Amino acid sequence: MSPVIPIRPAGGGCTDAPVLRERGQREVFCGLTGIIWLHRKIQDAFFLVVGSRTCAHLIQSAAGVMIFAEPRFATAIIDERDLAGLADCNDELDRVVTRLLERRPDIKLLFLVGSCPSEVIKLDLSRAASRLSRQFMPRVQVLNYSGSGIETTFTQGEDACLAAMVPTLPEALATDPRPSLLVVGALADVVEDQFSRLFQQMGMDRVQFFPPRHSDRMPAIGPNTVYLLAQPFLTDTARALEARGLKRAAAPFPLGVEGTTLWLQAAAAVFGVEAAVFDRATSPGRERARVAITRHRERLQQRSVFFFPDSQLEVPLARFLSRELGMQLSEVGSPYLHRQHLAEELALLPEGTPLSEGQDVERQLDRCRAAQPDIVVCGLGLANPLEAEGMTTKWSIELVFTPIQGYEQAGDLAELFTRPLERRTRLVA
Amino acid sequence: MQLTVWTYEGPPHVGAMRVATALRDVHYVLHAPQGDTYADLLFTMIERRSKRPPVTYTTFQARDLGGDTAELFKTAARQAFERFAPKAMLVGASCTAELIQDDPGGLAQALNLPVPVVPLELPSYQRKENWGASETFYQLVRALAQPHERTDAQAAGRRPRCNLLGPTALGFRHRDDVREIRQLLIDIGVDVSVVAPLDAGADDIARLPEADFNVLLYPETALTAAQWLQRQHGQPFTRSVPIGVNGTDAFVREVATLAGLDAEQALAAARRHSRSGWWSRSVDSTYLTGKRVFVFGDATHAVAAARVAAHEMGFTVVGIGTYGREFAREVRAAAEHHGCEALVTDDYLEVESRITELQPELILGTQMERHIAKRLGIPCAVISAPVHVQDFPARHSPQMGYEGANVLFDTWVHPLMMGLEEHLLAMFRHDFEFHDGAAPSHLGHGHAAGKAAQAATPAQAPGADAVAMVAASQPVDTAPAPTHGTGNVGISTGAANDAITRWAPEAERELGKIPFFVRGKARRNTERFAAERGVQMITVETLYDAKAHFGR
Repeated sequence: MSPVIPIRPAGGGCTDAPVLRERGQREVFCGLTGIIWLHRKIQDAFFLVVGSRTCAHLIQSAAGVMIFAEPRFATAIIDERDLAGLADCNDELDRVVTRLLERRPDIKLLFLVGSCPSEVIKLDLSRAASRLSRQFMPRVQVLNYSGSGIETTFTQGEDACLAAMVPTLPEALATDPRPSLLVVGALADVVEDQFSRLFQQMGMDRVQFFPPRHSDRMPAIGPNTVYLLAQPFLTDTARALEARGLKRAAAPFPLGVEGTTLWLQAAAAVFGVEAAVFDRATSPGRERARVAITRHRERLQQRSVFFFPDSQLEVPLARFLSRELGMQLSEVGSPYLHRQHLAEELALLPEGTPLSEGQDVERQLDRCRAAQPDIVVCGLGLANPLEAEGMTTKWSIELVFTPIQGYEQAGDLAELFTRPLERRTRLVA
Repeated sequence: MQLTVWTYEGPPHVGAMRVATALRDVHYVLHAPQGDTYADLLFTMIERRSKRPPVTYTTFQARDLGGDTAELFKTAARQAFERFAPKAMLVGASCTAELIQDDPGGLAQALNLPVPVVPLELPSYQRKENWGASETFYQLVRALAQPHERTDAQAAGRRPRCNLLGPTALGFRHRDDVREIRQLLIDIGVDVSVVAPLDAGADDIARLPEADFNVLLYPETALTAAQWLQRQHGQPFTRSVPIGVNGTDAFVREVATLAGLDAEQALAAARRHSRSGWWSRSVDSTYLTGKRVFVFGDATHAVAAARVAAHEMGFTVVGIGTYGREFAREVRAAAEHHGCEALVTDDYLEVESRITELQPELILGTQMERHIAKRLGIPCAVISAPVHVQDFPARHSPQMGYEGANVLFDTWVHPLMMGLEEHLLAMFRHDFEFHDGAAPSHLGHGHAAGKAAQAATPAQAPGADAVAMVAASQPVDTAPAPTHGTGNVGISTGAANDAITRWAPEAERELGKIPFFVRGKARRNTERFAAERGVQMITVETLYDAKAHFGR
């Protein structure tokens, strides 16, 4: 393999660092929010939330704008007749789904998405999904997962969605001994295309992305398929893939030059790509990213950043900010720290970084005010109030909705942090 | 189960949040799972509030359900009280917590907090946001209002005083309406005692009964409370909603009656800044006559907007609707008044299909209808919640009072003007001095695109200011347009039409005499008329036959 980036000595970083675990009010979205990017990613899928008016209101508020006439998501709102038993929930669901699929002949994959209310009343959506699948196959496949707030935090909704698809993935030919790679986790199409080109340049032609852009292009997987996570929040998906016999290629996540290079190296290793080939394919991108980042490094160096928990991207982001932009880490909060999937990331974090998992938002705000960081990464509910207190903030949701992975986006990612700081200096009080 | 694509209202606990957030020193403890905190961003992002809503969420998880969620609630309530030291607390459940039946009211009672605790029962599976706001305000008023011995203002030698009821956080222009109506009342000789819930404290709610009467600004959020104050404390309340000149006139008269003032004097004092009436009579507004308008919103704003549209703008109301079932009766009565059908629904797709069917020339709706309008290419102005960040302008922009009527005139005419302007641009697109490549006339004559660009640098040599440079550079940007732009499209369309029906040269000349802003319509109508009758060649006769046929 390429010796471009020296692998860190073992035992450094935050591998065994203590983590502050908190319980209390959480200022984060539930897993339903993932529908906003998943429905853009899988272009013939429809997401039907079975829930309350709150669920419908959440998704449209989080989406911010209502630009799509008939979006490919909706809510089947449970009402008092369903709860009182006057209407049979399953009959009602069948009626709603039938009406929906009549209206939308373009839909090939339908997800029934569980919510807090549907979980609490124990509505069995997996049974409903298989019943409806039988009815509508082969035209439409019906799957289910839960995006409920009592079980999932924000990006875990994508995890649950992908995990629900894994059992339906076709089996690769067992007779084919050649290795193949499955890149797992929704990436913006532009990022996916950039990675595809790099893989081609390295002669890696057996690479598939999951989730696919269309439901009829589900990747085939088998015992010779290695999977590589593109997102850090895919615990259940990883487990489901391993149950299908896949092995994980361990790597940091493709944020920044270093993360992208190590991630691509892990991918290249599956195919035994030679170091020279890897170097030739990646050096233009690496160089462009390095130049793009340098500008921002001047502005961000020695500045401190405080992460409120949001997308589970916090650890990889913190690693990028500290190692490539020279920022100080006041606190790195994450809703959930997956020790195994984040092992490579934690090893790269500076020793002594304050890590926290879960949330008690009031106490965390106290810590944040005491730390007085130069920039706070937080959700939309906290950003303006903190700005009003004089802090500079970066909305964490933008880090999920914007393409930030890979070499070509490394500069954009850095800019997401410089822009709020620069804005503050431009506005003269 | 109801299939919902977009929802006009949030759940009732969001209505409760609108009341709690409006108040200064009341805290709301909401039994709710993770994720329900999304509602905070409505206030911090859409309304750009600088403080978090005063809401504590218990954030229970699946693993808590088998255990003690009640204890979780008690801990959260106790900690919230200690941290925020509110003067009163609201406690309640969101949709999921309602299902687990922990009884937040009873649990909070058991804490023996030294402040009033108001339990809220908001049935999430039956009711919606506005009802939740109304019920919360009502329960709070019931719990906090203190008895007060009523006195007669005149006898006591003081100005009459009233309360303003209904404005909340995240309300459609509530902030500006309050300022406008407060000033209007002061101008006519009435003092404003308390505005609630917006910016009121628990103590202010307690002294609501001290006023002589109540001004009910928003029935959706405060009718129940106003009715209770009337029953319990003998305070009458106003019924007219001060939207539009006529609406505000009626309001001023009603207030004068309640306050024992001379109505005509009060009107004279209040109407000083009213301009919209004259603006509407001014001859340049003639083109507004009979514009077909569709109105949709909360009942109060929809009914008022339809009235203003018909009687103050001279539009024709072709449809009116509301998503608020609680006030459907008022909307049905308005529909009857305007001679159209009422649409009472919270199904966005139903609203869209009604609009598509009616093909109005202007939509007065919510942000949802704005999106429908954009897709259908119909001008639209927003008159009602649900709100969007655009509905919180930095400037003062009330909907109520005489200044509100001025705002309505400007806001509604603007999209029509823009429509007309676009129409004119399209009409002029092929004119020799107005095509995309022509230099703007204010840059002087004889500037063909390329020439202007070349001439710019030497002519504006040293000392030329930045503005001139920017202006001079414009033709360069637009220069390539004619080669691939609109000119070709126009020609090909004409050619396609020629294939079916032809225009006789004298008919074409006659068409050219028709005023430019209706010429396109005349051409389309004539061609349609000819096609329907199998006429191959359009003559001057055909042109006028068609005009007679389509004329209103």
